[in-house]
Amino acid sequence: MSSAWQPVALVARREITTRIRAKGFRIGTLVLLALVVAFPVVLRIATGSSAHSVGFTSQNASLARAFAAVATVSGANVQTATVADQASGEQQVRAGTLDALVVGSSGSVQVVVDHSLDEGLRAAFTALTRQQALDAQVRHLGGDPAQVSAAVASAQVEVATLEPAPEINGQRIALGIVTGVLIYLSLQTWGQFVAQGVVEEKSSRVVELLLSTIRPWQLMAGKVLGIGQVGLVQIAIVAGGGAIAGLVTGALTIPASAVAGTVVWLVVWYLLGFFSYALVLAAASSLVSRQEEIAGVVGPILMLLVVPYVLGISILPSKPDSRLIEVLSLIPLFSPTLMPIRLAFGDVPVWQIGLAVALVVLMIPALVWLSGRIYRNAVLRTGARVRLREALRSS
Amino acid sequence: MTSRLEVDAVSKRYGDVVALREMTFDVHAGELFGFVGSNGAGKTTTMRIVLGVLAADRGEVRWDGRPIDLESRRRIGYMPEERGLYPKMRVGEQLVYLARLHGQPPTVAKRSVRAWIERLGVAAHRDDEVQKLSLGNQQRVQLAAALVHDPALLVLDEPFSGLDPVAVEIMSEVLREKCAQGVPVLFSSHQLDLVQRLCDRVGIVRGGAMVACGSGDELRSGASTQLVVDAPDASPGWARGLPGVTVCAQDGTRTVLELPPDLDDQLVLKMALSTGRVREFARRLPSLADLFRSVVSEETAG
Repeated sequence: MSSAWQPVALVARREITTRIRAKGFRIGTLVLLALVVAFPVVLRIATGSSAHSVGFTSQNASLARAFAAVATVSGANVQTATVADQASGEQQVRAGTLDALVVGSSGSVQVVVDHSLDEGLRAAFTALTRQQALDAQVRHLGGDPAQVSAAVASAQVEVATLEPAPEINGQRIALGIVTGVLIYLSLQTWGQFVAQGVVEEKSSRVVELLLSTIRPWQLMAGKVLGIGQVGLVQIAIVAGGGAIAGLVTGALTIPASAVAGTVVWLVVWYLLGFFSYALVLAAASSLVSRQEEIAGVVGPILMLLVVPYVLGISILPSKPDSRLIEVLSLIPLFSPTLMPIRLAFGDVPVWQIGLAVALVVLMIPALVWLSGRIYRNAVLRTGARVRLREALRSS
Repeated sequence: MTSRLEVDAVSKRYGDVVALREMTFDVHAGELFGFVGSNGAGKTTTMRIVLGVLAADRGEVRWDGRPIDLESRRRIGYMPEERGLYPKMRVGEQLVYLARLHGQPPTVAKRSVRAWIERLGVAAHRDDEVQKLSLGNQQRVQLAAALVHDPALLVLDEPFSGLDPVAVEIMSEVLREKCAQGVPVLFSSHQLDLVQRLCDRVGIVRGGAMVACGSGDELRSGASTQLVVDAPDASPGWARGLPGVTVCAQDGTRTVLELPPDLDDQLVLKMALSTGRVREFARRLPSLADLFRSVVSEETAG
């Protein structure tokens, strides 16, 4: 057994050193890593979800707590601070460290801003002043403002949901999209390297020399395992680096275990997807003898990768419970792109994960057999494109 | 080393085309065996079957009396007709890789590669990509690829094609040396003078079968004898009276005659002397090219 696998290891090692030494690999990995690390930071700036800081002077500092309370109710994320005096507060507003400054005494306040008041903050301030006006009227009528507030707060309409819509956190959507892009790019890139490698050996005719000393399955297995390993290293670096950067910078506030889970699933699905596609691509590309002919045989197979990816990326963020995607994500060859996106969004039933993994794992031995047969029959036949039926028949 | 390669009644067809019919021959230890024949005669097909890159329909290839298998094939040094190496891989690394695929441990492989690129004059290109080398140097690297794993049998398809004269000399030397070490060497070539000069035995292939096989003398023994006679005083057609003798060529006063194997050449000499002076009377041994031509003409005649 070990002697049969020794040539496989040699072939794989050649693939690994050749690929890693290529400049494209290092540049590609760095660019991907930079994009993945930059993504949450950019997202954070674009959505402006960071807290607004509002300054209070000593005259109205008593309002700060009430303001924070109404802001929470109205959904604005605020941080309050007390400034030394109005002048230094205004300076901070100009400098941008404060988004708004409250001046004047508790009775009649004024809000100082640099250019304009943020809509969320305006709503919070409006709510605050209304609350104050209401409290004054209640007190005037001899009532207890606190009691009224409590009564108002407890008056809520009860909602009965017939079909609860899953609520997906915005960060999980972002995580899902990044996951989808990464797995799609990785499968596409490394799958094509397998196809190019097979044809390079055919077009340079070195394959005849190789197959005079090792068996076709050893050459094919070594190539697939070697290239797959390089892709694995890349996706682990990029996904792991992105996750760590997101957690360290605070761009990702969802639990670290959920982020880690997404990364692990991404790597697992990369492996499952790579082996499925690499085997099919190796067999398909063994039918042709020139680099120019690769697109013709590889294109239709890569469509199987493109279609679910496009569907997943465009449907899932707005409709995470899409039945179409749910079904497609269980089918081998579609699952490697769709399942990791769904897993990043969260809430995938365990039986669906198990079924999707099991189907791919069951399909791989069948692909090994089929692809091995096509490859063995076609790889030494240079010249005109070998017909698939011939490659399957002869032995 | 007592290795011996036997090709025994190997047949192969591609669809309706018969590529080999009962091809049979053997190559002994320490023997240089030349394989000649026109294009499409079946030389390359035979070699590919020996190497196992092609499967025979019938027949068997044996080595040391046992059917050849992958393990024994790893000890063959092979130069395919279609030359091929990884174009973007460096010479040194590529040769070490190939030696290791043939089962050599790393240190042995490296030492062997260093020795062979030195010997074949491509040591300066060790760290160059193969595609950057001249065609002649690529051929030398290709030969090194067949030799780096210290093969116990050499199978070389047209090893001399595309080589410059210096490389032809080096190649001939290497083949003789390997042969002297007891390695059976099988190679094909269209350069018949080279084959005649180098080989212990020659096999002539036609239509997928071995039609003549043996040492130079053995091949000639069955052939008819040619005589060159220069009889300046003789009238044209002086030799026509001899039974069984054909006049092949008449060049001035020189006549080339072909005699059946059993005819006494002294009879011809007497006849020539009877016409007057005889300036030249010589027996001409047919060259491999002549033998080859006669075999091929039989083909066209038959």
